[in-house]
Amino acid sequence: MSDQSAPDSRHVVIIGAGHAGGTVAALLRQYAFTGPITLIGDEPISPYQRPPLSKAWLKGEADAEALMLKPDSFYGEHGIDLRLNATAVAIDRAAKQVRLKDGQSVAYDLLVLATGARARRLTIPGADLAGVLELRSAADAEKLKAALGPGRRLAVIGGGYIGLEAAASGRALGAEVVVLERERRLLARVACEVLSSFFQAYHEGRGVVFELGADIVAIEGESGAVSGVSLADGRLIACDAVLVGVGALPNDELARAAGLGCTNGVAVDLEARTSDPSIFAIGDVTFRPMPHYDRAHRLESVANALEQSKQAAAAISGRPAPAPEVTWNWSDQYDLKLQIAGVPFDADEILVRGDPAAAKFAVFHLQQGVVRAVEAVNAPPEFMMGKQLIASRRPVARDRLADTAISMKEVTA
Amino acid sequence: MAKITYIEHDGTEHTVDVKPGQSVMEGAVKNNIPGIDADCGGACACATCHVYVDAAWLDKTGSSTAMEESMLDFAEGVEPNSRLSCQITVSDQLDGLIVRMPESQH
Repeated sequence: MSDQSAPDSRHVVIIGAGHAGGTVAALLRQYAFTGPITLIGDEPISPYQRPPLSKAWLKGEADAEALMLKPDSFYGEHGIDLRLNATAVAIDRAAKQVRLKDGQSVAYDLLVLATGARARRLTIPGADLAGVLELRSAADAEKLKAALGPGRRLAVIGGGYIGLEAAASGRALGAEVVVLERERRLLARVACEVLSSFFQAYHEGRGVVFELGADIVAIEGESGAVSGVSLADGRLIACDAVLVGVGALPNDELARAAGLGCTNGVAVDLEARTSDPSIFAIGDVTFRPMPHYDRAHRLESVANALEQSKQAAAAISGRPAPAPEVTWNWSDQYDLKLQIAGVPFDADEILVRGDPAAAKFAVFHLQQGVVRAVEAVNAPPEFMMGKQLIASRRPVARDRLADTAISMKEVTA
Repeated sequence: MAKITYIEHDGTEHTVDVKPGQSVMEGAVKNNIPGIDADCGGACACATCHVYVDAAWLDKTGSSTAMEESMLDFAEGVEPNSRLSCQITVSDQLDGLIVRMPESQH
């Protein structure tokens, strides 16, 4: 593809300077791509890691510098034109130009969409009060941190991973935390009942209060600031701040307006290429093939952002495509490390290995005896071997997998 | 600052200054050195920052935690001097440290 002796003349423009956008820019340089790169981000700071915002950073265990993907000087030193506080408003595919909010246009030869996802918002009365927070960006996290501390009361709407991580960090900082969840159990959309019950009990043991099956009718305020959350049964949950963590939506509007194929997110192939061969898309915004499952899906994870960054950077710089990875994610709450591999598509059986009461166990999701996903709590061997079992797509012996006397290495022996 | 030398699997050497307090993983990632993926950013959750510590430095880099040990156990090409570089904190004592990278982190 590229001529090794002369600099590449192709201009790569990346929209979105988050974890995916920042990574693909850096990888292009690692892969010896020599053409100009422009990285356009609407936040005021250079690319950073979002996962610690609800975990180590929120608890004060990691500083702002530790969050940054690269030092600020990196971009200039590597010929990456990082444009911060810049918002792309349209893509003109015929002219191969990106139009920015300030009226400027940026011409591209290859475009990478890394626009990510945004927090889903509530439409109930009071949802726009000061003190109603979400958690996606560093700016969001600053506001949340300022609302936490001894004696402060936080109501979390949504019992998903973001909500639970914030609850754990909030407790670590001395705040009182109530989690309100519409469903009858926590993590209802993303995890099985064994895990839901386990996390509920663990959080309750550390002072978190849960309102499950909560029918929230409004967020109440006094002089424009949050004072509580009203439930349909007439109760008011008093609080000083509300964190809304009810899922995320792909920022695929630019792609849709430009006529790119979109489903739930921007449809891409295993090179992270969209329906336009000059345009790639990576990260939370994509609807991507899942080779281990013979289907497509939209994932929200760092592992996904990094894998697709590698796919796009390899395709652009003419390298062989990377081997497909088993998707994974993690969550840190208190002294618990949850590691999740795979997605339990079409699982017909759940197998628990280890003892939830000992806070050291794994839940395997099987489909006709084949491991499709594993959720491992303080159980790295189950997670690591689980990834290999998912990739192998071969049935496992259930009795051996359930028997902790047999090590994970010997399970398939 | 501590000078750390990272040697890629193909023998390419990178020597950079790393700030005490940062991890050996961060030193590689922030300097865009290939060969250390560090998917989880240092949470000891992924085992994609695997390195081999040069024999002369094994005493100074200390020993691995139980969590690190059990992650490494399933990484590819593990040797007695294998470590997860996110779990080695840089200090002045590590000035001159040499680590080598495995062929693949995935």
